[in-house]
Amino acid sequence: MSTSDRITVLNPMGFAPKVLEKPLAPRLSTLDGKTVYLVDCRFDDSDVFLKQMQAWFAEHLPGVRTVFKPISSVYLLDDPTTWEEIKAKGHAAIVGVGH
Amino acid sequence: MTIEAKYGVPTVAMHTDKFDRVVRSVAAVNGMAELRQVFVPQPVMGKSARELRAYVDGKDPLTGRPVMQEVIEGLTTPLDGQGVGTIEYDRSTPRLVEADTEENLHRLFMENRWTDYLPIVLPTEERVAAMLAATRRKPDEVVGRMRPTHFREAWEYTVEKVAVNAVMAGARPEYFPVVLALAATGVSARGSTTSSMAAMAVVNGPIRNEIKMNAGTGALAPYNHANATIGRAYGLLSQNLQGGSVPGLTYMGSQGNNYAYNSITFPENEERSPWEPFHVQHGFRPTDSTVSVFGGCRATAYTLGLREKHWREHVRNMLRGMDPHIPPVFVLDPITARQFIDRGGFTKKDALIDWVYENARMTAGEFWDYQLVQNYLYPRATFGEEPWASKLKAAPDEMIQMYKREDIHVVVVGGETNGYWRIMGASYAKTVSVDDWR
Repeated sequence: MSTSDRITVLNPMGFAPKVLEKPLAPRLSTLDGKTVYLVDCRFDDSDVFLKQMQAWFAEHLPGVRTVFKPISSVYLLDDPTTWEEIKAKGHAAIVGVGH
Repeated sequence: MTIEAKYGVPTVAMHTDKFDRVVRSVAAVNGMAELRQVFVPQPVMGKSARELRAYVDGKDPLTGRPVMQEVIEGLTTPLDGQGVGTIEYDRSTPRLVEADTEENLHRLFMENRWTDYLPIVLPTEERVAAMLAATRRKPDEVVGRMRPTHFREAWEYTVEKVAVNAVMAGARPEYFPVVLALAATGVSARGSTTSSMAAMAVVNGPIRNEIKMNAGTGALAPYNHANATIGRAYGLLSQNLQGGSVPGLTYMGSQGNNYAYNSITFPENEERSPWEPFHVQHGFRPTDSTVSVFGGCRATAYTLGLREKHWREHVRNMLRGMDPHIPPVFVLDPITARQFIDRGGFTKKDALIDWVYENARMTAGEFWDYQLVQNYLYPRATFGEEPWASKLKAAPDEMIQMYKREDIHVVVVGGETNGYWRIMGASYAKTVSVDDWR
């Protein structure tokens, strides 16, 4: 291939923002005696799924207290009220089901 | 991600397995690549409690490990040094692609998923410069930000980046202010939703005739250079400037949508419409040039004309065929627009919109049972948001209005070869000045 056959074109992609890695929360040493929130994102029967998970905890890990908690509105909106409640009253969260 | 990062609560996110690439990618671009995620089979929707209990008792289809074991480990296994730092990743985009032959560059653009798989015009510096000459705006000026979903980060783009995509689409420089205005909306024509929605763009004002757009016969079909390439440019700029539109990663439309090839881009037929133009309804002057964008386009209902005896029932039937989650846009041939005046006395668009608002009804029981209403409107209703909260109080057999009045729109287009017309399910997003981008 000769140099004269080569052409220069522009890149069509936009500019990605910088990614700032966020730390995860420290994990619990055990779930026994702890309160785990089952957070329903209110999507496509996720409530039915999480209630089955709640039943699993009751049968297999009765020392874990579970709270079924639907988010306040749709998943597209932030829900600080729910997050504050979980922070104040819970120790961990399981959020589902994202499709 | 918010509850984990902002509130410090150890969290496990549950997903269905079809979404593994997209949710891992979303977590990574939000700086949480190590987020604990567990998967169950797709679908959850429509499964019985017994079937979903089997998901809980079963295995993660991606790892083969028990779901509940992964959930518990996700909450209790120490982080082992992962995801505890604070690191910045700079993801810069080079201005130029490495020089190569035309054949190789066409292949590269396709392999990088920078095209819509139709032939493109390679964006050489000369072609991009010619495009840039059609606006007074500087090449490095930021036009806006765009993203394929609510959960992803927005990417930024400049006038030059928009010009590159306009060249690729085959647009002529004189169309560039319209393309820039579309980019300035920040509304993606390549949204990532399983519902396969497309966008719609309606051009109003003098620019329509200046660049010889077609508002008459075949306006929504491939018979006009400006209609075709402006719409194509909207799609290409959306997928490239937002950081991609890749199935399984940044596009999840289960069936896809042919409307996406040119984003239903057309000018309103203001000259033959009996009503004020769409942009005037939204606060612009008739002499202003604008483009209005809509999202959520999938559903279409159509019929021919308005029959004297049962036109009301026929239109109500069309409305009942739409999913009530997305409001109707009446796309009327001028013949039918005048028929709406003759039959219903709607001398203004607003009068027709009032009639549609009052007549688009179904029982509350049926309405609230629609899956999309359950997903997106029911939660708002339970949170007290009107008008949904009041509608939630209706008895199951009470007829309730399907839409908010302000969400219903009317546009006139077509060449009067007959009175065919359609209702598009589409959500109006915004109207942007084209003149600001000349």
